[in-house]
Amino acid sequence: MAQLLNSSFTPTTSSLRRQCHSLTPRKSTQIQAKIREIFMPALSSTMTEGKIVSWIKSEGDKLSKGESVVVVESDKADMDVETFYDGYLAAIMVEEGGVAVVGSAIALLAETEDEIAQAVSKAKDQGSVSPAAPSQDLPVESKVPDSAPVAKAAASVALTASTHPASEGGKRVVASPYAKKLAKELNVDLSVVVGSGPMGRIVAKDVEAAVVANAVAVAEPAKAVTPALGVGSGSVVPFTTMQGAVSRNMVESLGVPTFRVGYTITTDALDALYKKIKPKGVTMTALLAKATALALAKHPVVNSSCRDGKSFTYNSNINVAVAVATDGGLITPVLQNADKVDIYSLSRKWKELVDKARAKQLQPHEYSTGTFTLSNLGMFGVDRFDAILPPGTGAIMAVGASEPTVVATKDGRIGMKTQMQVNVTADHRVIYGADLAQFLQTLAKIIEDPKDLTL
Amino acid sequence: MNSAISLSLSSASPITVRSYDGAASSSSSSDLFFRNNSAPSQLRFCGLKREAFSGCKSSSNAVLLKQLRQNTKISASLSGNGTPSKGFDYDLVIIGAGVGGHGAALHAVEKGLKTAIIEGDVVGGTCVNRGCVPSKALLAVSGRMRELQNEHHMKSFGLQVAAAGYDRQGVADHAENLATKIRNNLTNSLKSLGVDILAGVGTVVGPQKVKYGKVGGSETVITAKDIIIATGSVPFVPKGVEVDGKTVITSDHALKLETVPEWIVIVGSGYIGLEFSDVYTALGSEVTFVEALDQLMPGFDPEIGKLAQRVLINPRKIDYHTGVFATKITPAKDGKPVTIELIDAKTKEPKDTLEVDAALIATGRAPFTQGLGLENVNVETQRGFIPVDERMRVIDSKGELVPHLYCIGDANGKMMLAHAASAQGISVVEQVSGKDHVLNHLSIPAACFTHPEISMVGLTEPQAREKAEKEGFEIGIAKTSFKANTKALAENEGEGIAKLIYRPDNGEILGVHIFGMHAADLIHEASNAIALGTRVQDIKYAVHAHPTLSEVIDELFKSAKVKNDVSCAVAEPIAV
Repeated sequence: MAQLLNSSFTPTTSSLRRQCHSLTPRKSTQIQAKIREIFMPALSSTMTEGKIVSWIKSEGDKLSKGESVVVVESDKADMDVETFYDGYLAAIMVEEGGVAVVGSAIALLAETEDEIAQAVSKAKDQGSVSPAAPSQDLPVESKVPDSAPVAKAAASVALTASTHPASEGGKRVVASPYAKKLAKELNVDLSVVVGSGPMGRIVAKDVEAAVVANAVAVAEPAKAVTPALGVGSGSVVPFTTMQGAVSRNMVESLGVPTFRVGYTITTDALDALYKKIKPKGVTMTALLAKATALALAKHPVVNSSCRDGKSFTYNSNINVAVAVATDGGLITPVLQNADKVDIYSLSRKWKELVDKARAKQLQPHEYSTGTFTLSNLGMFGVDRFDAILPPGTGAIMAVGASEPTVVATKDGRIGMKTQMQVNVTADHRVIYGADLAQFLQTLAKIIEDPKDLTL
Repeated sequence: MNSAISLSLSSASPITVRSYDGAASSSSSSDLFFRNNSAPSQLRFCGLKREAFSGCKSSSNAVLLKQLRQNTKISASLSGNGTPSKGFDYDLVIIGAGVGGHGAALHAVEKGLKTAIIEGDVVGGTCVNRGCVPSKALLAVSGRMRELQNEHHMKSFGLQVAAAGYDRQGVADHAENLATKIRNNLTNSLKSLGVDILAGVGTVVGPQKVKYGKVGGSETVITAKDIIIATGSVPFVPKGVEVDGKTVITSDHALKLETVPEWIVIVGSGYIGLEFSDVYTALGSEVTFVEALDQLMPGFDPEIGKLAQRVLINPRKIDYHTGVFATKITPAKDGKPVTIELIDAKTKEPKDTLEVDAALIATGRAPFTQGLGLENVNVETQRGFIPVDERMRVIDSKGELVPHLYCIGDANGKMMLAHAASAQGISVVEQVSGKDHVLNHLSIPAACFTHPEISMVGLTEPQAREKAEKEGFEIGIAKTSFKANTKALAENEGEGIAKLIYRPDNGEILGVHIFGMHAADLIHEASNAIALGTRVQDIKYAVHAHPTLSEVIDELFKSAKVKNDVSCAVAEPIAV
């Protein structure tokens, strides 16, 4: 098979060629003629365009005549294309995976090292030769400008989560092979991506989420910034769709007779458990949801709701919705069958839901099927608050911060325990005070002796 | 049916003889068969080739073939084992009932030898129970998964497939069932031929004497005119690697497919590692290769390796570390992942630590030769391998041949492939039944059953270049692509090449390498050509059905350029 392709390297343009052959002073022509274009060769009579399979040499490599430089895929075969000149591969103009028409320039060859820079600038000028982008699974990426502040913003958010134990305090990035591949393809800096995989490693969906987060961050600034300015300048900003939905729900909730019952729960044992299983990817939210679900299983009435004002609707599943603040909104992703799913799967599910929520990709069944809602402001240091009952459900629990508290024990001693306050808002048409009290007692028992959570 | 075929063969041989003679006399290049003519008559190559050439020289070829057939017939009518030579319990005792031992036993019975086979574990050895056979079952699954998951591929056929999933246990069962089935087939074939299967560990106790029995149990000593050691190999586990069978595993464990880890490191990127990477990635795992050499797939022809990397590694969920040794591998425990410490293969500096879900040790295989009683016949193993000459005769510590003792297969380390072991076994049986025989290892094909497959026979390009330089000849390279093959395109499997390395001066085939759909099946045209000594200029006139993948090989032979287009093929067409 013909290995030598005479068409591959030819002097830049016909005018240059003419100059070379003419008697114009050497000095002026030499410089230009030494930078040669590498063309997409015609590897078969039927070939009109070729795909760059791989560059065997990289930019800056020295080439000697006859060496293979690039692998080109034609309609018939993949072939190594050789150089006919000595020199340096100065600039690659069509990246791997890109397609170029036969005869178009795919790279520049400089005759000496000094001319590499010149060739590079020339390559930039010829940027009109647009390499066909390789097919991408995430079209979002191409729209995301590579802006540093955005990446940093995403990073600061991202870094709050757990880091991989093997990452030596964030110095080393632990990412799965596919995650690395994706990151390279999508131009994601892995050092700012939070891993949600086993042991906190970065897996493919973390990279995808980072891309989406970047895209959202890029798309949102206008939205995010305007209201902030607007508040100061007295202008009116209409609700987004989500904010409109929240508003409607809140007004609707006024038609439901609610009441509140609070409880203080000691969390020392829960904290200890959390510390132990956190490396396995378990989150506090998942633990709380699981504990709540187990308590709900024993008090089905708290998991019921009043739909028509005439009857109890006992829900067959325990689906714990957890309120999540998003950019300019609030959404309640649902952990379905939280009483039955094990804590590890539940934690994974939760991460997946949060990622989707941030990416605004939650499907209706993933945020509208809750039978009981959790709202946790504890991470902001809020010690107690009350929540408004979302329409269609029977109860919502507001969870405050878990804080070291001085407590008196029954034997007259004073000790310190970590405690948190929870406050349940319920629909009194179906759930009565005693129901809530018993429910909270069960919940406290589960949280204070959390061995059942990991079953 | 069989007899009809052999009849036509025997009538064809005289024609072959004639044409060979004609070619030799008319040919200007008299060195065409130089090696075969000048070599001592006992130096022969693989069976078929020998017969072809003995046909060249003697007119008794047809008679010889007839005799062979008669022998077969007789032993077949006896339906089994012959009677042993005087003074011995058996004519032939084989230690190890793997594929090598099995192949030898079958051929021995055909030759009328009273044969016994000693097996301490299960019949079938590594290949059937822990190697090629169950791995093919897993690869069959991975191939289908790959296809079904490839939406683009399916769409291009106009097919619509809903998300493909798998049941791990179901996949594992398929592998297990296949191994069981093949094992039973093997056992039955031995039994039906009347080969005595002796259960227990076999030990050589002296010349022509073997004992066998369960460890700690009663032992029986038997005598045999000839003994073949065919004990095979076990996975090689380097120092510092702690195998727990759960998270740090060898191929033995991996074939049971007890888990499909999310992230698995495969140490070693040879056949075994590559095949498992195919299985694991198809089932959803991500894979990291750790390779001590600077390049992945070090055993393959570099060009094939490069392409294979482009197809089998780069687009998949695989990354790799090359030029590194895994010095310490600790299994996962107490909530900690599997840790793998890597050092630079050259500088020995620590390079990296990997923390993953599992590690598969695929660093090759070590001969299983302990407890064979080799000291009783004064044989010392070399790195565990039993030294043998080109006829598989065991060599003792003084460098002398041990009479009546042979070693075949992985235990001698010549070519660690099941079919090589079998071929070596047949070669030994030929010798002990009175016919000298030397196996041409360069004609033994090898295959790696990834998707697409890789196969090869003979020399790689660098090996051929080295040989060419040493012996002063030119080499030619021919390549064809699957992209130009109709059948491959119909299957939407245009990825792949076939490569031929040959001598342009005389048309000798030095090596053929194929990467592409069904490469493992396509290689045999080339390996048979090498075994038979067929030259490029002859085989290129052979006709291939259209449209078939075999045309890739047809094109390959046709595109080779032999300088003196001298042919010694069947010159006269046979009227039918």
